Amino acid sequence: MNSLSNNERYFVANPSPWPLITALGLFLLLGGFGLLLHDGPMLPSLLGAVVLIYSVSHWFARVIGENQLGCYNAQVNRSFRFGMAWFIFSEVMFFGAFFGALFYVRELAVPWLGGEGAKGAAHLLWPHFVAHWPLIEMPRSSDFTVPKAAMGPTGIPAFNTAVLLTSGLTVTLAHWALKRNARRQLWGWLLATILLGASFVGLQAYEYFHAYSELNLTLHSGVYGSTFYILTGFHGLHVTLGVIMLTVILGRTLKGHFTPAEHFGFEAVSWYWHFVDVVWLGLFIFVYWW
Amino acid sequence: MSETAEAVMGGEGHAAPLHGWRRWLFTTNHKDIGTLYLVFSLIMLFAGGILAMIIRAELFEPGLQLVQPLFYNSLVTMHGLTMIFLAIMPALVGLANWQIPMMIGAPDMALPRINNWSFWLLPFAFVLMWAGFLTPQGAPNAGWTFYAPLSTTYAPPSMDFLIFAIHIMGISSIMGGINIIVTIFNLRAPGMKMIDMPLFVWTWLITAFLLVFAMPVLAGAATMVLFDRHFGTSFFNAAGGGDPVLFQHIFWFFGHPEVYIMILPAFGVISEIVPTFSRKPLFGRVSMIYAVGAIAFMSAMVWAHHMFAVGLPVSAQIFFMYTTMLIAVPTGIKVFNWVATMWRGALTFETPMLWAVSFIFLFTIGGLSGLMLADVPADYQYQDTYFVVAHLHYVLVTGSLFGIIGAVYYWLPKWTGHMYNDRISKWHFWLSVISVNVTFFPMHFAGLAGMPRRIPDYALQFADYNMVSSIGAFVFGLSQLLFVWVIIQAIRGGAPAGERPWDGAKGLEWTLSSPPPHHSFPTPPSDELVHREGPHGYE
Amino acid sequence: MIRKTKTLMLILLLTPSLAVAAAAEEPGGFNMPYGVTPTSHDVYDMHMLLFWVCTVIGALVFAVMIWSLVFHRRARGAVAAKFSGHTRLEIVWTAIPALILVAVAIPATRVLLAVNAHPHPYVTVDIHGSQWKWHYSYPDQGIAYYSNLKADSRKASREHSGISPATVPYYLRDVDHPLVLPVGKDVRLRITGDDVIHSWWVPQLGFKRDAIPGFINRADIVIDKPGIYRGQCAELCGAGHGFMPIVVKAVSPAEFLAWVTQSKKAEAAEHESEQGPWTRQLAMTQGKKIFDSVCAACHQLNGKGIPGVFPALDGSKIVNGPLAGHIKFVVHGSPRNPVMRPFGKEMNNRQLAAVLTYERNSWSNHTGDLVTPEEVEKAR
Repeated sequence: MNSLSNNERYFVANPSPWPLITALGLFLLLGGFGLLLHDGPMLPSLLGAVVLIYSVSHWFARVIGENQLGCYNAQVNRSFRFGMAWFIFSEVMFFGAFFGALFYVRELAVPWLGGEGAKGAAHLLWPHFVAHWPLIEMPRSSDFTVPKAAMGPTGIPAFNTAVLLTSGLTVTLAHWALKRNARRQLWGWLLATILLGASFVGLQAYEYFHAYSELNLTLHSGVYGSTFYILTGFHGLHVTLGVIMLTVILGRTLKGHFTPAEHFGFEAVSWYWHFVDVVWLGLFIFVYWW
Repeated sequence: MSETAEAVMGGEGHAAPLHGWRRWLFTTNHKDIGTLYLVFSLIMLFAGGILAMIIRAELFEPGLQLVQPLFYNSLVTMHGLTMIFLAIMPALVGLANWQIPMMIGAPDMALPRINNWSFWLLPFAFVLMWAGFLTPQGAPNAGWTFYAPLSTTYAPPSMDFLIFAIHIMGISSIMGGINIIVTIFNLRAPGMKMIDMPLFVWTWLITAFLLVFAMPVLAGAATMVLFDRHFGTSFFNAAGGGDPVLFQHIFWFFGHPEVYIMILPAFGVISEIVPTFSRKPLFGRVSMIYAVGAIAFMSAMVWAHHMFAVGLPVSAQIFFMYTTMLIAVPTGIKVFNWVATMWRGALTFETPMLWAVSFIFLFTIGGLSGLMLADVPADYQYQDTYFVVAHLHYVLVTGSLFGIIGAVYYWLPKWTGHMYNDRISKWHFWLSVISVNVTFFPMHFAGLAGMPRRIPDYALQFADYNMVSSIGAFVFGLSQLLFVWVIIQAIRGGAPAGERPWDGAKGLEWTLSSPPPHHSFPTPPSDELVHREGPHGYE
Repeated sequence: MIRKTKTLMLILLLTPSLAVAAAAEEPGGFNMPYGVTPTSHDVYDMHMLLFWVCTVIGALVFAVMIWSLVFHRRARGAVAAKFSGHTRLEIVWTAIPALILVAVAIPATRVLLAVNAHPHPYVTVDIHGSQWKWHYSYPDQGIAYYSNLKADSRKASREHSGISPATVPYYLRDVDHPLVLPVGKDVRLRITGDDVIHSWWVPQLGFKRDAIPGFINRADIVIDKPGIYRGQCAELCGAGHGFMPIVVKAVSPAEFLAWVTQSKKAEAAEHESEQGPWTRQLAMTQGKKIFDSVCAACHQLNGKGIPGVFPALDGSKIVNGPLAGHIKFVVHGSPRNPVMRPFGKEMNNRQLAAVLTYERNSWSNHTGDLVTPEEVEKAR
């Protein structure tokens, strides 16, 4: 459980304004999004984004500062580890909801609408609909943007899989370098990971552009388009966040942070990166391929 | 930051304490944050309660006297959302914050700043949710369950703000859950084995797992609603290959664990109170722990019992009927074990015990009506009627809320150092327990007689039940003012409570002064103390 | 507001069934109805089985508790025992409830399967729920119509109507055109929703089924005996959720066939009369019929709507304004409020022209316009 000498106390941080200000920033950002959705002003969400970035940076800077001062003992370190692990689990559950939706529409809703299975009576309402996946012709195609084709696994998606898998390898190599205290290799492999991650995002953005303009595959393309974009979109958002975090870690590395024995900040981000990689594998298999 | 390195390193225990508004806004102290949660939830209880009073006033007689039907739908929606997300859940988290570190001999929660963040997100979520009342198209009105397509195509703009509020509250709960898990795993006194932890800590540990498991799924559901509303997606639109029922599956996959999130900590409270006032150890405490684990595990497999009328394939209906019936077994074990704890004890009936005993009686009624609801063919008649409203209020009001109130009476002397006003507390109890039954028991009959939920006006054969319910509701609502009075009085003064106001109480919190020091257990308690206050300390 | 004295209140509290019987015409009482179909009988029996199981379990547990509360008080001199467990007892009280549940699950499964069986039907009815009315069509018989809340209920239920619900027969539970079904024959109901989720529920028939847009839910029933059976929508569907009742009129097979023939003749005659040259009289008659069954649910029979909720058509700017704008609004729906849906999808040009003409020339609207089907076609 915990091995604590009587002299070593668990560090409890001083009162801090950052939690409150972060809450305010999130409120302004999301409330601002709500206003934007109804042709409201852009200012609240912009302000929220600024406040959020400001307070999150200060909060993390504070944590890093406390760490550098030596406030955190092994027990605190364990708290961070458990915390990060459970946070990643919660993210898995978030993606789980969307994968669940994908499974449901593919295996149940679309076949039923096409007349197959226990609730195939629905077909009476959609007599011209033929069930197929990926769904190109909808039950009522006239309401939607019919794609010319589905997004297959070949081409950029397959290449991106290689990109992300490689980046998983490079971040591991960076970790090993850190443990050997080989600083140059550390930041070299870290940089490689960042570049690979950024390439992934860039290529995904290009794919989106290609999907929209040439394939006619949009958010408005029925439930295939809906599940495609929500899964790959949130994944892309998480990769972007991961790249930002990796960049911060690179910055800290250059500043001389992290020792071979203690480098939880690095590990936390690298766990997150592997999580993003695993989600992609799930996406590649179930959204692009099968 | 103009702090010196020493000030930073010393941490909260060494910095000069803040006063006034800065103390409450910037705190990292679990006791202060617990107080913030509890005060906030009490205010929200009244906010949600006022909505309920308007609802019951409208339903007092047939005909539309007070509100328009669309506004009525907003009342019903906001009552549910406020009570669940802004009253009950934060109250339980407040209890966790105050009690868990003291009960396990920890100096604070594992991640104190995140702890404060979790709290301060809530008032902002409240603003986003309630702002809808100020818009011309009105507050969200699709029910707290906001089913598609009512919530996607037909809901007012305030629906979007509700969705964002849900995201914010989700973050608050997930962070809170993570904090609790990490605290319990990592900050326990070295002498305290997991199996020996107090039941309140165990039930909160398991609840925290459920929070981290289920809340992200709600976020997913709400996000899909947002996308269907504004970005042209068709998750819940059959014309595009989607299905309105998909929303219900995703929502209830969250929704069912959610109701266990609201009741398990209350179970923990009862498991603390009953042994104290029976002067006997909790009967079968290990089974109690396994039972809570079993309930939590099974809660992930029963969700579609909220959907028996949507036209699920028969095989699915059978599966969910069986799993739902099965969950009655561990729940029953808990009731039996509480009764066995009282059996051949030396009972006294201080106010916390009154609330705990009434919980056992009345939650059991709610649980039994739940068993009736589990039966699919019978549920075809109960679903979406006042029978369900009766069931849910028995388990949530006489269950969760009574558990919370009992906990407050139990631990208020510890928190404030003063005994509460016993006479007023007894008035509070008796008025509440009688009026709560007058309010909700007739609803069983209204449902069986054929009255659906969420209607502002009704046929004459439902009139008497509604009038009785409304009278009960007014009395119940007013009685809660006594609770506020008792709390304020106890904060300001009263007979000194001493370390252990309840002679039968066991646990590390009762070794601390009342009120406890701002920082308790800066170093962990000794193994000997842990053993003495633990389940093996009876010998 | 009706004032009640304290005594009367007590009497009412003690004998609700009396007051209920006096005030309402539907069976009230404490319990679920036994109903008029094998489904409802099975369901009732399941409900009673569960009720008794729960009552006995509850009574036993409460009895033990009450004993303890009385006899194990410290004030009575009780001294606390020391036991904190008894494994065998715990196994017993885990196993027995589990066995009881298994025992209950067996008839529950049987009834669930029986209730969801789908024999070959004698008559099929397609039920469409929309905001806020039901539509019934008999595809094999060629009959279709809307079923709306009856006008007197609608009037009385409005806020500050001044009309006491007690003066309205079957307040909120009566419709203009009930669903007519034969007794003793297999009836298949195919239920769907047109806009949001509704739910079709008649307690005496023993089931409810949600009306899900885009999907069809089937229910098969046999009604035992003739009579009038009432229910209402059981899924929150917007402002009018409480105002879309269901009335089933079950008659002998012979009467049913007679009704079918009569309805077909009436519909054919109506269709005939609708086919004639497009005159103002034809438009107004047809238009009123459509308005009363489709539009009045929101805009009310007197065209005055509900302030703040449904706009008034009487004196409305759109209705009295340029014809093109009015046609566009009804054919394509409101650009801002999806509750005012595109009726061009549900009605043909003649029907739309009729209802538009009716609106423009009723109540205090006197545009004098006769909207033609051709003008409607242009707007599509």
